[in-house]
Amino acid sequence: MKLNRALALAKKDWRRMYREPAFLFMIILFPVILTIAFGTSFGAVGGSQSPTYNIAVVDLGAAGNATWSHQFAQALISTDVMKVQYFQDNLTAQSALSQGKIQGVLLLPASFDASVQSFKSYPSQPAEWVNSSVLLYLDKGSILSAQVIPSIVQQTFENAILGLKGSAPAMPVSISSPSLVRVQSSSVFDSFAPGLFAFASIYMIMMVAQSYTTERENGVLNRIVVTPATSTDVIMGSVISYLAIGLVQVLLVFLCVYALGYHPVADIAGLLVGFLIATVFALCNIGFGLITASIARSAGAATGISFLFLMPQLFLGTFVGMALSSTAQTAARFVPAYYVTDALTSLFTRGAAITSQAVLTDLGVVSASSVIILLVGIQAFKRSVR
Amino acid sequence: MQGLAAQTIFAIVIENLTKDYGDVRAVDGLSLSIPEAEVFGLLGPNGSGKTTTINCLTGLIKPTGGTLQVSGHDVQTESSKVRAVMGVSPQETAVFPHLTGRENVELFGALYSVPKKTLGSGVDHVMEKVGLMDEAGRRVSKYSGGMKRRVSIAMALVQDPRIVLLDEPTVGMDPQSRRAIWDFIMELRDKGKTIVLTTHYMEEAEELCDRVGIIDHGKLIALGSPAELKSQYSARDLEDVFIQLTGRRIREGA
Repeated sequence: MKLNRALALAKKDWRRMYREPAFLFMIILFPVILTIAFGTSFGAVGGSQSPTYNIAVVDLGAAGNATWSHQFAQALISTDVMKVQYFQDNLTAQSALSQGKIQGVLLLPASFDASVQSFKSYPSQPAEWVNSSVLLYLDKGSILSAQVIPSIVQQTFENAILGLKGSAPAMPVSISSPSLVRVQSSSVFDSFAPGLFAFASIYMIMMVAQSYTTERENGVLNRIVVTPATSTDVIMGSVISYLAIGLVQVLLVFLCVYALGYHPVADIAGLLVGFLIATVFALCNIGFGLITASIARSAGAATGISFLFLMPQLFLGTFVGMALSSTAQTAARFVPAYYVTDALTSLFTRGAAITSQAVLTDLGVVSASSVIILLVGIQAFKRSVR
Repeated sequence: MQGLAAQTIFAIVIENLTKDYGDVRAVDGLSLSIPEAEVFGLLGPNGSGKTTTINCLTGLIKPTGGTLQVSGHDVQTESSKVRAVMGVSPQETAVFPHLTGRENVELFGALYSVPKKTLGSGVDHVMEKVGLMDEAGRRVSKYSGGMKRRVSIAMALVQDPRIVLLDEPTVGMDPQSRRAIWDFIMELRDKGKTIVLTTHYMEEAEELCDRVGIIDHGKLIALGSPAELKSQYSARDLEDVFIQLTGRRIREGA
């Protein structure tokens, strides 16, 4: 492969993007218009938060006879605003938190029972207490969770476990302060927004397929393959151009959702990894586009066939998938777009760390599936050209 | 070989070329040798096998049988070497409509790895020769059919190839443009380029070609210089030659 040839071909595609109105519309304007439409339609709808908060309890003293920790969990459940799930370890609980399955994680230390028991035995002799710390992790994307959960946990512990009637001047157990919350509001659009990134990108399948079939129909593709340019040069030209187009799409959608009030809680690293995942996803769409182009004999047929790849991604992998049944959501796990949306939700909405298991898993699945689909597309297309 | 001197260096050698499309034999045992610096015309009605022969030479179509050599390289096994020395203007005006005339030619210059330093002047040269210098900055989608064909020829010649294949190069052109292309082809021949062109226009073949091969139903039925063929068949022009050979006019089809 020669880079200058691939770049020359990529430049040709870029020119097409801004010179052909239909192409410009599908690649750039359509995602922008759709984002604005969703943003203005759903952005003002608030109050989607559940009145019940799901939290994970990780009891590090569960191996022994941890009665006080068990009573603490039961006391939280009896408040009627908490649902408690027991997790075996902090890592699994953190993963569930970053995926939005729960709103908080309560990590009870192994010494928790001993601390409570020491208080019960010597309520006015702090020197006899066994001190311990309870760690509390919260969903940074939910301001209500961040406001409600810490106070309920604190009050439940003081009242139901220690039997205090008011705030105690001192306690053997300290409950950590959760991280500061930067999200100002929460709306339906907040849950839709991550899916818009994948939604914007999947139409690339149709564009790539149409581009190649049109070039084949009017003879320029045959003309290119009788030059010293190889099939690899041709395909690399497309990969370069559509990766750049994918990045532009991601940036435009991001600017739109930001302007409409969706402010990701991710830090710079989180944003960059989010952009990276969305951009890598473009490779998958190029691959599907090439597969489509290798099957279709005309640009019209390419449009129809591209929907075979486009629709499952649309319904199972973008914001549309949120409303699907559990069966359909299981099927969604076979669609690369699902992992893009899941990763962006974890990073942008849940504030998950880039090193969290959920994000790394999503990144791995998106990267691996995109590369495999691209390679299949390249082979299929090469066979159809020669 | 076809009466040419034994020491002649051949740019193109085709031996017993056969191409079948299902039950239809498009090219039937065609053998042909074209020396360097010759303008060779492949004449015949639509469907006679001219374009199939050209496509086999470019490597675009795999022949059913026979061998093809370009510049001493086998088209099937050394395709990259063949493609490097050859410029091709196909029958259809295969151009990118969203690019300007200049951008189309520049793109093909880049595909042939023409150095950036010389690409600009090379593009100017061919655009001037095909008479499109003033229109070079307009998008090809706005061009007439004849202008598109001229761009197509410029795209085939921007890398200054040793061998040029022109499939129906002047179809749809006005007389002035056709004359400009003819002059350009003569200039290329004078520079030692080998040119193979297919055409319906007998006057074009007579004007440009050192030798012509008349092909009908995939078979080479006559070969020689226009003057030789006219003399051999006591014909006024090449059209007469074709009528005498086949009983049909060339534009009636195969």
